[in-house]
Amino acid sequence: MSLKSNLHNLKEKYKGTKMAPAFNALHTFLYTPNDTTHNGTHIKAADDLKRTMNTVIMAMLPCLIFGMFNAGYQHNLAVGDIQAVTSGFFSSEFWTLDNFMIGFWKIIPLVIVSYGVGLGVEFLFAIIKKHEVEEGYLVTGMLVPLIVPIDIPLWMLAIAVIFGVVIGKEVFGGTGMNILNPALTIRAFLFFAYPTWMSGDKVWVEGAVERTNQIAAGANLDAISGETILGSLAQGKEIAYSVSDMFLGFIPGSIGETSTLLIILGGLFLIFTKIGSWRIMLSSVLGAITMGLIFNQVVSAGIITESSKFYALMSTPFWHHLIIGGFAFGVVFMATDPVTASQTNIGKWYYGFFIGFISILIRVFNPAYPEGVMLAILLMNVFAPTIDHYVIQGNIKQRLKRLKVKTA
Amino acid sequence: MGLLSKKDSKLILDPLTDNNPVTIQVLGICSALAITAQLKASIVMAISVIAVLGVGNVVISLMRNIIPSKIRIIVQLVVVAALVIIVDQVLKAYSYELSKTLSVFVGLIITNCIIMGRFEAFALANGPWKSFLDGIGNAAGYGLILVIVGFFRELLGSGTLLGFKVLGDPIEKTGLYAIGYENNGFMLLSPMALIVLGIIIWIQRSRNKALIED
Repeated sequence: MSLKSNLHNLKEKYKGTKMAPAFNALHTFLYTPNDTTHNGTHIKAADDLKRTMNTVIMAMLPCLIFGMFNAGYQHNLAVGDIQAVTSGFFSSEFWTLDNFMIGFWKIIPLVIVSYGVGLGVEFLFAIIKKHEVEEGYLVTGMLVPLIVPIDIPLWMLAIAVIFGVVIGKEVFGGTGMNILNPALTIRAFLFFAYPTWMSGDKVWVEGAVERTNQIAAGANLDAISGETILGSLAQGKEIAYSVSDMFLGFIPGSIGETSTLLIILGGLFLIFTKIGSWRIMLSSVLGAITMGLIFNQVVSAGIITESSKFYALMSTPFWHHLIIGGFAFGVVFMATDPVTASQTNIGKWYYGFFIGFISILIRVFNPAYPEGVMLAILLMNVFAPTIDHYVIQGNIKQRLKRLKVKTA
Repeated sequence: MGLLSKKDSKLILDPLTDNNPVTIQVLGICSALAITAQLKASIVMAISVIAVLGVGNVVISLMRNIIPSKIRIIVQLVVVAALVIIVDQVLKAYSYELSKTLSVFVGLIITNCIIMGRFEAFALANGPWKSFLDGIGNAAGYGLILVIVGFFRELLGSGTLLGFKVLGDPIEKTGLYAIGYENNGFMLLSPMALIVLGIIIWIQRSRNKALIED
């Protein structure tokens, strides 16, 4: 018997019992069900929810693999075992098995915990609430490991995932009902609950925390540290990375967010497959550029001088903001979440624009929260229904006016 | 119950569970958010509100037939204000540090919706003994929720209970901290009080389906 019929039999066996949703989920995750519906009108389309989710995961995979190489690269670079990359994206210093394995053994547990805990909660709720398991966690589970620092303890991640899935999603009614993006809820929880593990110069390079503890215990080692670019800018330090490093992603940061190049490729893939909204991506970039230009103008007009603590971040060329920090990743993979974003096309322009605009605003004015894009997206998630409401009302008004003109 | 008749004991016990002013009527939320980061502050707040509402309900109930209904809100305010000032002075005299932690929130008991709510809804229409029981019951129901929220916020946020390091010492790395546990800083921020409160309401309503509104 094939796996498919095995699963089908299992499903039949547990039909009507408490555990049924769990088996149904396993079955439909891997195969199309044997039974079809017999009445009513049905739309036949290939892109169901699972297909949609899998497309997004495919778009993120390059970032994940790059993140594994980058984790090892940052570690080896900090330890002093290798030289910094010199020859562009395909530098031989970067794409080594050693780099990959360091990242692999560090990141795979994060992925496993994220999926294991998250899907566990989803299955549990499906069984309690007696509905089918929803696919909503597939993308979230892949996003979560990509947006956390490499050294985050697994138990913290597990608690955050439980919090994010239960409070961020299940209390609102599960997949499709949530107001906030669950992956960002998880990150925001970690950020506010365990700030020492989510910011600073110790968490972005693999092994830095451990090394610090060993030194404190008396080991004769060099300390390793790596500050994100936003972190060092917030402290008014010079950036030690070239623009090509920032764009290609050879910089410290959360696991999947560093390579703007690969994120753009993923974004193009999402636009091409019509999964992600190009309106949101484009308008977010426009919003960020607008805010960046305003700050640049303020600096060149001499209103903010070098003595100001905002000077370093404000004088950063506006287009640098697009390639440092998690801006690109957030805009491409999280602002476009179809559930929490605006639904109307006009609304998407406003929604995206404010995400970009507010991200840069938070980055510059609150150095304690260097990752403005997370908070900006969460904020606009909350406002998205309001934006939609006004867009729809405006549309209705316009049509009523047209109607009146005709009847008059 | 020898001391209390069945009706009277209902006055005290109902607000503790199925008619809790915080979780069912969703009153008095502001102070529940503000002062529950520590268990001690929660307990003192609970006791203060019990004293104010218990005595206040009796006073209003005694005066209920002579208060002109047009100015009753002002009379009620005067009564609460006087009681709150007494509580505040007592706290300042006997436990100065704690009154500093609670800061303006003792004064803000005046604005606690539960108090004015019970004056209006109960004390104006019932005798002093019943009003006293009702006041104690409602304030205790409020205090109970405060203490539960305070318990979890202090335990998970600071790893202490009433100031005792029950989970070990975070700096010396003893107890739970020795195996890598860390305090959850989010618990100390006010939004988490709202979330803990929400979870209490969730648990209560899923255990008693009759409480769920449409």
